[in-house]
Amino acid sequence: MHNKSVAELSRELESGKVSSVELAQQFLDRIKQQDGLFNSFISVTEDQALADAKAADEQRAAGNATPWTGIPFAHKDIFCTNGVRTTCGSRMLENFIPPYNATVTENFRKAGAVCLGKTNMDEFAMGSSNESSHFGPVTNPWGLSKGENRVPGGSSGGSAAAVAARLVPAATATDTGGSIRQPAALCGITGLKPTYGRVSRYGMIAFASSLDQGGTMARTAEDNALMLNVMAGFDPKDSTSVDRAVPDYTASLNEPLKGLRIGLPKEYFSDQLSPAMEEQVRAAVKEYEKLGATVKEVSLPNAKLAIAAYYVIAPAEASANLSRFDGVRYGYRCEDPKDLMDLYTRTRAEGFGTEVKRRILVGTYALSAGYFDAYYLKAQKVRRLIQQDFINAFKDVDVLMSPTTPSPAFSLGEKTSDPVTMYLEDIFTIAVNLAGVPAMSVPAGFVDGLPVGLQIIGNYFDEARLLNAAHQFQQVTDWHQREPQ
Amino acid sequence: MTISREDIEKVAVLARIRVDDEQVSALENDLGNILDLVDQLSAADTDAIEPLAHPLDAVQRLRPDEVTETNQREAFQAIAPATENGLYLVPRVIE
Repeated sequence: MHNKSVAELSRELESGKVSSVELAQQFLDRIKQQDGLFNSFISVTEDQALADAKAADEQRAAGNATPWTGIPFAHKDIFCTNGVRTTCGSRMLENFIPPYNATVTENFRKAGAVCLGKTNMDEFAMGSSNESSHFGPVTNPWGLSKGENRVPGGSSGGSAAAVAARLVPAATATDTGGSIRQPAALCGITGLKPTYGRVSRYGMIAFASSLDQGGTMARTAEDNALMLNVMAGFDPKDSTSVDRAVPDYTASLNEPLKGLRIGLPKEYFSDQLSPAMEEQVRAAVKEYEKLGATVKEVSLPNAKLAIAAYYVIAPAEASANLSRFDGVRYGYRCEDPKDLMDLYTRTRAEGFGTEVKRRILVGTYALSAGYFDAYYLKAQKVRRLIQQDFINAFKDVDVLMSPTTPSPAFSLGEKTSDPVTMYLEDIFTIAVNLAGVPAMSVPAGFVDGLPVGLQIIGNYFDEARLLNAAHQFQQVTDWHQREPQ
Repeated sequence: MTISREDIEKVAVLARIRVDDEQVSALENDLGNILDLVDQLSAADTDAIEPLAHPLDAVQRLRPDEVTETNQREAFQAIAPATENGLYLVPRVIE
């Protein structure tokens, strides 16, 4: 049962072959037996899950089932869950129990889905390896059988590892600079970052508000479509949510790809990319040609500036967002503060980890008097240049394809000594967030026994086309079905 | 690009994060490297380019000035580190 997709499990539940309670129990048992190897969960909510599963069975018996009724899944521990601890991977929120649900949480609840727990992540979603979590790193299921301890990527590393290890069939995630696509690639699963504003950010703990976007992780493109059907939509509680009709993302999955125009950005096939990776990605593009797509080279001339612009904009926004953690209203407070300044500075020194503090300091510096124009304003101007590159590229092609990452999963500890080395991990994913366009990572082969991700980038609100392209690829390949040993 | 110890100490005060001498040394190195990376921006020609704050150039949505939320003070204060009579407690500010 653990190898089945959400779509398949939904049919099993519908036919009565299995109940929601049985399904929840099977996956909970799997988490208990196996997650010691991966550390992909921060909290497992067994009692709540079994109660929700019982309610789902009753909902189905009453004839009110949705495709999600009784389906087990997990939330990244960045989505607030009423009454259930939500840590964001931080000591600051180690004991934080939200008094409300995120809109994404609420949407899955209304659909009848059964949340089994909250997945591990880089602290406040800042990281590309899941090593900055206060709750310890996550280990990638791939490579373990050879005795290798590899990172799952980040920041949604717990969600990616849990889906890859078949502990859940699907998990929510968020992507500010690659945090869905990069771990999806490194763990050999399928992930989608929607257009900025497509999924509500309400109750999704903020990192960089002009970049943050909630999205989906599962093994198949079809399951990603089912997730997005639940998650997408206008939310008056999020001031940047977009008021625009939501299509049924499963409806166009079977459209033929004949005539699809694919652009390969030459900047993403550069010398940073390992030859073995390039070979896998080019082979995937060949599959698309066999499916009737046409391919041409395109250029994103300002993409090389994306990391520099991101590491001004994201830390600047983070420094403002994370100023709310002051030891007064909720979250961690230091022992015996001697005055108010001591309360603030020691609470924040002790509650935040090294990477989070580093980014708050960079952001504070970039926004401080005398530096604002040179850093923040300059970065926002470059951001427009990067956006313009994508707008120009989409005049000639329907989708862009590239590797998701420059290399497969690296070893735990390999890139922690220098922050800039870690930042370069997101070299192919970050420009997408600055432009706000949607993008996916789809399993597309292996290098040295480790998964390779194909990134597919779409124009604004073109999620249905991305999912269609990914689904058709998955009808003629089986990379997404491979299981780590 | 280098960032001085004084700059780091000043920024740490602005950010309300205590840093000790040893951390300042590590931060000098790390923040210097990050600012080196960021310095690539200065090569870009951005004359006459408008800054982009929001990918869809959306403007702030307004709504009628009506009460839409109910008072949940007790629920919100139940998770606070210290409260008394509906107030958040902090160390004495005025002697």
